[in-house]
Amino acid sequence: MSEMECVMEIPEDAFNPVEPFLRMDRMPHIWCAGCGIGTTVNCFVRALLNSKADLDKVAIVSGIGCTGRVAGYAQMDSFHTTHGRAIPFATGLKLANPELQVVVYSGDGDLFAIGGNHFIHAARRNMDLKVICVNNMIYAMTGGQSAPTTPGHATTSTAPYGVFEPAFNLVSLAEAAGASYVARWTTYHVMQLARSMEEIFKKKGFCFIEVLSPCPTLYQRRNKMGDGLEAMKYYKKASKIRHGAPTSECALTKDGEIVVGKFVDRDRPDYLELLRSQMVESLGERYAEPEMACEDAEVTCSL
Amino acid sequence: MAKGYVAITVERCKGCAFCVEFCPTKVLALSSAFNSKGYHPPNVVAPEKCSGCDLCGMYCPDFAIFGARYAR
Repeated sequence: MSEMECVMEIPEDAFNPVEPFLRMDRMPHIWCAGCGIGTTVNCFVRALLNSKADLDKVAIVSGIGCTGRVAGYAQMDSFHTTHGRAIPFATGLKLANPELQVVVYSGDGDLFAIGGNHFIHAARRNMDLKVICVNNMIYAMTGGQSAPTTPGHATTSTAPYGVFEPAFNLVSLAEAAGASYVARWTTYHVMQLARSMEEIFKKKGFCFIEVLSPCPTLYQRRNKMGDGLEAMKYYKKASKIRHGAPTSECALTKDGEIVVGKFVDRDRPDYLELLRSQMVESLGERYAEPEMACEDAEVTCSL
Repeated sequence: MAKGYVAITVERCKGCAFCVEFCPTKVLALSSAFNSKGYHPPNVVAPEKCSGCDLCGMYCPDFAIFGARYAR
């Protein structure tokens, strides 16, 4: 084992900056070797650190799936909801306590297949939610079935001769539905992704970031695309940063170019603002600001 | 003299080699030894080149490595 011993001088008080944000008693996590979800969690933690967010005021909501496990590993207020229902739960959470920064951290299957309707309606209302979608282009946890995001000609366990259905273009869908902020990165673009996540903490309204992530066990293996590292090299080679590109031209293909960048950053009144202005308009002087339900509740944090 | 260091938690590593591939100064290489789960963790081969940029920590999906600069 002597080969593995580090020859570097490591200060005694050194610690991994990610660890205080994770439930370390649950490590090692369930994600496969070469899966990129852990990398997105790193970026998320860096964004939290850089934006100096108050962790008592941040909540993570996820649905079901590989990415859905993030809520279970995050050492902050988090909820692991039923399949596809992360956004409705997060909407309720945000409306009950508007001070919270509600982050929806889920996968493409959960957000766009099972919970597809919830996504478009939350974007239409411009609910103040931060949606991070880790897109591995497949239903990974259930055994690699075709998802609405699986690109054409890819082989999956339910499409042994290749997928022939057209796939969703998530960024275009989010823009058309009315999201305030739309960006796409891959797990190769860690710095840009962390910066984008930091930006959405400061942005009001419905924010959406799509992160392409390798799925070496099911997607890459079945399509003979190598392991996680091969996928990362492909992201490095095939991605082009084009900020503000028209999202309709940014569809993903199996092995073509990946357009990444910040596509949409606009200001629209969010749901709570619209609700308030409607109430003021209808009730006039009779309108009173609602009392915060959780104002007196004592929140303690073990950090 | 190295500006920074990397600390590796060998037992948490799953040998994906993201850190080895994307280290800007090529400090790391996969070890030929195994950890208890049978993966090859990374090994520091050029400690003097480390700038402590923590890009390995950003990439590591298993939270098994991080880099930092020495306090001076």
